Amino acid sequence: MSCIEQMKYKIHLERTSFKDAREYIEKNSDEVYYVSPGYKIFKDYYIIGVPLIAVGAKNNTLIFTYTKPCYGSFVLSIENEDSIKEINRLRESEKEKVTASLKKDKTPESSKKIAASYQDMWKE
Amino acid sequence: MTNEKVLLMMGCPEVPIQTSIALYLSHKLTNLGFDVTVAGTTAASKLLKVSDSDGYYVKKLVDLDKTIVDIIEKRADFDVCFAFMHNDAGMTYAATMSSISQAGMYSIVFGRNAEALAETIEFDCEKIVAQDVHNPVRLKNKLDKVTEAIIK
Repeated sequence: MSCIEQMKYKIHLERTSFKDAREYIEKNSDEVYYVSPGYKIFKDYYIIGVPLIAVGAKNNTLIFTYTKPCYGSFVLSIENEDSIKEINRLRESEKEKVTASLKKDKTPESSKKIAASYQDMWKE
Repeated sequence: MTNEKVLLMMGCPEVPIQTSIALYLSHKLTNLGFDVTVAGTTAASKLLKVSDSDGYYVKKLVDLDKTIVDIIEKRADFDVCFAFMHNDAGMTYAATMSSISQAGMYSIVFGRNAEALAETIEFDCEKIVAQDVHNPVRLKNKLDKVTEAIIK
């Protein structure tokens, strides 16, 4: 059992496909960040998903996917002190990406970019 | 003897052929010299454990989510992964495995919607597809051909 199940969360979408969950987050968030499978949020939840995984922010609320083998994918949101930290971490990661890109004298990539990755998303 | 590490990744056990194929494939690959680990949800693992109570066919049975965390945290990895899937969640877990692991991926797609589900797979893998629910023989025969190709 991950820490998510012990937190106070809101269910936005349940027992759906991962694709639909991603689209819901994209349409219903003020900010959308893209992370790799295995991206860790909160204490010990590693996001299961098909790249690119959308994680949304709306005010202080973090909106994310949660997949269970027998029940499909869910869209959950959590608003607390930790969600603010997670949103700030995503924003910082995005800034670092853009800064690194500028230093390399490249055009900054769009926000549809992996905000933080555990390892390279695409295998060779 | 290959000693290559193989992971059989079971999903929801709702479709009956998963358990029998997991037992069969684990035993076959073990006999071929592979170091086989079977990972499953709580229910899938219990089905397997009761079916193989002495651990004759499955030597290593582990928790699916814990195994994924171990791979993400680089405490473990595998050379080959057979991912069972009959629903979108199974495909999603396999896509995660494909992204976090260096393992060569084989997607075992079964159940009534197998063909449609197989078409949703975007990651690099070999697909073994059988639109079967109760009768595992067709899937078993397809996997025999795959394992023959692996050991060549």
